[in-house]
Amino acid sequence: MRIKNKKMRWLQIALALSLASVLVAVALAKVSINGGGATFPYPIYSKWFSEYNKLHPDVEINYQPQGSGFGIQQIQKQTVFFGATDGPMTPDQLLGAAGKVLHFPTVLGADVPVYNIPGVTAALKFTGPVLANIFLGKTTKWNDPEIVKVNPGVTLPNMDITVAHRSDGSGTTYIWVDYLAKVSPEWKTKVGVATAVNWPVGLGGKGNDGVTSLVKQTPGAIGYVELIYALQNKISYGSVQNMSGEFVTASVDTVTAAAAEASAKMPADFRVSITNAPGKGVYPISSFTWILLYENPKDKAMAKTFVEFMNWMLVDGQKFASGLGYAPLPSQVVTMEKEALKKIKL
Amino acid sequence: MSRRRISVGDFLFKMGTSTFALILVLLVVSIGVVLIYQSMPTIREFGFNFWSTQTWDPVSGNFGALPFIWGTLYSSFIAILIAAPISIGVAVFISELCPDQLKQPLVFLTELLATVPSIVYGLWGIFVLVPAVRAVQMWFPDWLRAVPLFSGPRNGLSMLSAALILTIMVIPFTSSVAREVLKAVPLAQRETAYALGATRWEVTKVALHYARVGIIGAIMLGLGRAFGETMAVTMVIGNTPKMSLSLFAPQYTMAAVIANEFTEAANDLHISALIEIGLVLFIVTFVINAGSRLLIWGMTHQTKPTVTVPVRTMEPTV
Amino acid sequence: MSQRSRRRRYTSHLMSFLCVLAVLVSLVPLGFILFFVISQGISSLSWDFFTQLPKPVGELGGGMSNAIAGTLIVCGLGGLLAIPTGMLAGIYVAQYAGSHKANTVRFGADVLNGIPSIVVGVFVYAIAVSPFKQFTAIAGGIALGVMMIPLIARTTEEMVLLVPGSLLEGSLALGATRAYAMVTVVLPSAMPGIITGIVLALARIAGETAPLLFTAFNNRFWSTSLVQPISTLTVQIYNYAGAPYDDWHRQAWAGALVLITMVLVCSILARFATRRLERMQTGQ
Repeated sequence: MRIKNKKMRWLQIALALSLASVLVAVALAKVSINGGGATFPYPIYSKWFSEYNKLHPDVEINYQPQGSGFGIQQIQKQTVFFGATDGPMTPDQLLGAAGKVLHFPTVLGADVPVYNIPGVTAALKFTGPVLANIFLGKTTKWNDPEIVKVNPGVTLPNMDITVAHRSDGSGTTYIWVDYLAKVSPEWKTKVGVATAVNWPVGLGGKGNDGVTSLVKQTPGAIGYVELIYALQNKISYGSVQNMSGEFVTASVDTVTAAAAEASAKMPADFRVSITNAPGKGVYPISSFTWILLYENPKDKAMAKTFVEFMNWMLVDGQKFASGLGYAPLPSQVVTMEKEALKKIKL
Repeated sequence: MSRRRISVGDFLFKMGTSTFALILVLLVVSIGVVLIYQSMPTIREFGFNFWSTQTWDPVSGNFGALPFIWGTLYSSFIAILIAAPISIGVAVFISELCPDQLKQPLVFLTELLATVPSIVYGLWGIFVLVPAVRAVQMWFPDWLRAVPLFSGPRNGLSMLSAALILTIMVIPFTSSVAREVLKAVPLAQRETAYALGATRWEVTKVALHYARVGIIGAIMLGLGRAFGETMAVTMVIGNTPKMSLSLFAPQYTMAAVIANEFTEAANDLHISALIEIGLVLFIVTFVINAGSRLLIWGMTHQTKPTVTVPVRTMEPTV
Repeated sequence: MSQRSRRRRYTSHLMSFLCVLAVLVSLVPLGFILFFVISQGISSLSWDFFTQLPKPVGELGGGMSNAIAGTLIVCGLGGLLAIPTGMLAGIYVAQYAGSHKANTVRFGADVLNGIPSIVVGVFVYAIAVSPFKQFTAIAGGIALGVMMIPLIARTTEEMVLLVPGSLLEGSLALGATRAYAMVTVVLPSAMPGIITGIVLALARIAGETAPLLFTAFNNRFWSTSLVQPISTLTVQIYNYAGAPYDDWHRQAWAGALVLITMVLVCSILARFATRRLERMQTGQ
């Protein structure tokens, strides 16, 4: 078979074009970083990644809010570059990872008790034991004497309480049950503390979104979500009694107060619980939320880009926090963290 | 020519087709193998207790799949209970009673229902069906709620919603298969009945009786579809791993728990527990499919032409 | 005697009525669903929807451009896997119809078709995501492809069997090898029907969600890379449906409208093509 020159020429042109486009594509390569985890900080993370992408169009950080359980599992398996969780990894989970995993706090947030009671627009007050009994399934009606006692002046209807909780592995859950275990010995022994627990009662929703939806659509429901979800969806949320006996509503200030004591004594690995913190003006169901990174990540280019992002986050990113209802990190924590970021082997 | 030449083309063709045919079969086998292999940790840990324990507690590492089996069986059986008579009615209408001009459009419409993606059913379920069910639950008088079937919370996300949506999804498929089965009933059967003075319905009864094995096969296939349905169910069932007789209580199915918990299973035992549930789904649908195809094949091979379940009705389970 | 015959006729009419009722009952949900999808979806459909990326949480607007592209890409990948496999397997079964091997393959296709899509997702996660530690569009494509194979195999088998035996025998009589006859005579004759079946299979698979949940996963950005997670219409609708934001709900309906339109249009076109085909082949 004779090689036809014309065909050969076309083939050469085609090959050259494809090679050129591949080279151009490589040159214009975007850094695509995949991460996933907590829905608790999703509103501010999505804002950060979007803003950072505007500043650095070649950096695309793709975050999938599938719950802290997801963040922990996938970082262990290394199917994502970074994980995110509001429940710090347990020693077992740390052992299950492919290498050493470091926690980096990003913001402070709060779990608030949201509810949907037709006819009740007032902000209800809750004590720890009251919340525990509701979630244990012991208190089943809104006009239960326990609830009425703490809310004089509010007419509560004789309506069933429908508990809404997370169906997925969740740091928001971790924060909530961490608090419940501290205020209710029965909860501590019966249910325990983890990102996914065996709920005595209630409906399961996926993500903070799912619980918010459930509460929004179900008359008589009570659930727990991060503050911003309650604010953005205009759902009623109550105040919670703290260790000093005050009924405190979650806000940037009360959450910052919760972190004050812990920040002074922050452990080196940043894994600390600030629920039911002592002090005045403290919101008792507050927490840090963390990004999980390997100390020695495999992809060095991604690591370098992401550490740059983290440094931006610690300074410029924090400015977006209060606008979305999150409390920025205390300055001591920021300083500690900048040092800790240098531990990442680039 | 005394020597038979096998051309290169023939050889390649034979190789090509048989290789890919083999790949298809191997694919099925490998799915089973991979599922078994990945479920080993749970199988070793719990053995058969996995299927009789009610607790699903990722914290303590206690995994029992009973609530999911219950949820799947309950929802699917209610669905098929309602869907079967309706599907047979549709099949009978189209094959026996329908004026010819109406036939094609009707077939077209029922198959259109089959093409609606599961996620769209789920979307409609959350925003339309669940509030409607909630309204019904709210309306339910207290004295009736004493019956265990109707006890439970009133929030719409419940077994009832799941069963209803499964019913809607199963009808097009079951009626299609039933229709094909009825088509295979020889004309002679019907004509003899007419000749003996039977009414329309009595002739239909004869045809149904003749095709009864195939109809059972069609219903079984519908049941199999209901078992594997994931998205629409998980969006309306409430996702709570608790067994309950109540139609109003939120429950959980096997497919739904895998979809929800898979990507964030807390540890290897959890993942393997979920995969074991997947293994059971695989085995159950395998058995149902095999059984029903055998029934249909058996029935339609007594007559000619052979009935193949048409490809148009083979929509994927989701 | 006439009493009994009246009763029999009355029963017959009653039963016919019930059957009509059954048909109406089965069609009402279709109307209901379509009504909602169209009425809710149309209001959120805009040029933005097709061209913009999703906005960060809490901000209004944005679209599903990446999801639409993603669905097309993942379906394309699935087709790449399923079309050759399905067609060749289908031809095999048609060729050796009736033999044990062919029956086994047919049975395998039936079983494969009946496997719940979530189980397929788990399988593909185990073989294509876990070992590579990466959610990819390819994994999503494989999952969809696995689900398409039995559909395409069955159509191919049916269409090939429909070709009159005289065509094949005629070409064999003229001295063609079996393979040559198959490829140049039988297949082209069956091709229109096969293509219809492929289009139908693609339309069906475009509506799948479960197998993509842990294979292709999701991506907030525009991505056409095959080795990165990719956004798809179905997964995006699922995510938006579970969110509390009304704006996202509207976008979910819009997405559903786009999806259902794609699927219905393909199905309708395919049906018309089949009908025209049948008329052409039977010479009506």
